[in-house]
Amino acid sequence: MGILVVAEHDNAGLRPATLNTLTAAGELEGSAGGPVDVLVAGADCAGAAAAAAKLPGVAKVRVADAPEYGHELAENLAPLIAKLAADYSHVLAPATTFGKNVMPRAAALLDVQQISEITEILGTDTFVRPIYAGNAMATVKSLDPIKLITVRSTAFEAAAEDGGAAATEAVDSTGDAGLSRFLGQELTKSERPELTTAGIVISGGRGMQSGENFAMLERIADKLGAAVGASRAAVDAGFVPNDYQVGQTGKVVAPDLYIAVGISGAIQHLAGMKDSKVIVAINKDAEAPIFQVADYGLVADLFQAVPELEEALG
Amino acid sequence: MKVLVPVKRVIDANVKVRVKADQTGVETTNVKMAMNPFCEIAIEEAVRMKEAGTAEEIIVVSAGAAQSQETIRTGLAMGADRGVLVQSEVALEPLAIAKLLKAVVEREGADIVLMGKQAIDGDNNQTGQMLAGLLGWPQGTFISKMEVHGGDVKVTREVDGGLEVLELKLPAVLTVDLRLNEPRYASLPNIMKAKKKPIDVLSPEDLGVDVTPRLETLKVVEPPPRQAGVIVGSVAELVDKLRNEAKVI
Repeated sequence: MGILVVAEHDNAGLRPATLNTLTAAGELEGSAGGPVDVLVAGADCAGAAAAAAKLPGVAKVRVADAPEYGHELAENLAPLIAKLAADYSHVLAPATTFGKNVMPRAAALLDVQQISEITEILGTDTFVRPIYAGNAMATVKSLDPIKLITVRSTAFEAAAEDGGAAATEAVDSTGDAGLSRFLGQELTKSERPELTTAGIVISGGRGMQSGENFAMLERIADKLGAAVGASRAAVDAGFVPNDYQVGQTGKVVAPDLYIAVGISGAIQHLAGMKDSKVIVAINKDAEAPIFQVADYGLVADLFQAVPELEEALG
Repeated sequence: MKVLVPVKRVIDANVKVRVKADQTGVETTNVKMAMNPFCEIAIEEAVRMKEAGTAEEIIVVSAGAAQSQETIRTGLAMGADRGVLVQSEVALEPLAIAKLLKAVVEREGADIVLMGKQAIDGDNNQTGQMLAGLLGWPQGTFISKMEVHGGDVKVTREVDGGLEVLELKLPAVLTVDLRLNEPRYASLPNIMKAKKKPIDVLSPEDLGVDVTPRLETLKVVEPPPRQAGVIVGSVAELVDKLRNEAKVI
């Protein structure tokens, strides 16, 4: 029957989480059987389609190029996914705000119970996913004929970007539902790496005391080539925008090094970073729960420790 | 304008969740329960719409065990007008809940469904999108701002790269993110008043919805624990460990 990966892209190229989703599709291919196809739905999306065709292991890139797919509106995209899903046993998308928005709508149109944010594939119909902010891991078996799945990108390696030569095939648009209209966007501009794919992340919590103080973390981030994140408490306090948020209700990250500064370690924050390879915690409260997950803990006033750290990094 | 707010009863966000020894799920007996935090934000926004004169009536709906009445009462104490409970002792999956909500929306009529973007138990983040799909309505997910203008609603969505603004035709389903508002605490007089507000109790059969689960939970286990770390004495020691022991910088 085959597996369809719904690509997340910006029309010109693929977004990184698509590569992790492709790895999950490759794992399924062994038991479920191929081929693995990729759907690129966008407007003037030839660049993204060409990038998808170069991915190793992809049999075919199905391209729906139409104005109504220009802004990933779920009302237009979900009917297309639902229609194409008939040709596949599995449809996978990254568990990003893109996949989370569109996939459940497509699942409802197909009368299928989606499996959200899988972290492990145990068979063609059996998957592991975190529940309760990652405080429990559930193994679930889907009884539906088509499996609609979102994939937690930190749980699967990124696939290579080059080496394949897939055929591309144009697919017809399912039309503009006429229900929604894109008015604009304000994307956070940053020269630093993206939070979810950065090798090093430095995050601040309520202990930072103000948005201005995040500049201290930014300077360290620039020395290490790191991304800057924040706890929900820091977002709630208005120090930084919500797209900095790491946690159960924000982004899930798993960098090689995660530095938590002035973060107490609420359950909901740990859910978003506890799979990081090395965790450093800097907090003046020795009892803070963050120290229970930290590989290296420093009990210190961050307003002394962070400038010292900046200096030590040279 | 009529606003319908679905709410879910979950383990209180401050409780440390424990997995049952027989691996069938998490322990919920004698555990403090509360309204899902995102649902509180949805109720608050509906109440603000009513205070601003945009909404005439707020209906709080929950699907689940009989005790979900308590969660509905919390919504009524915050300012909603009446409640509907779809009572089911079977654990309900997002698709089943979306079908039940669709039936309630069709029965009650609603211009806006305002709900949480996810529940902190299953962490599925599906129900609102599914409901919108089943109704054929537009969806505004993960919103941090909303403004109703005539027959449209303008929403600001929290997306991975920042913010996105959409215009949706009403009726619509909106799922709320945490920065939309700060939910109020119910006052004692309002808690007393809420006890007199009506709650209709229905069953999935009354609504003609099949809620048979599509997923079988084979087991629920605790995640592997992290190895205990070390406390370092100074920034210099920390940097040394990161360079020479962990080799990550």
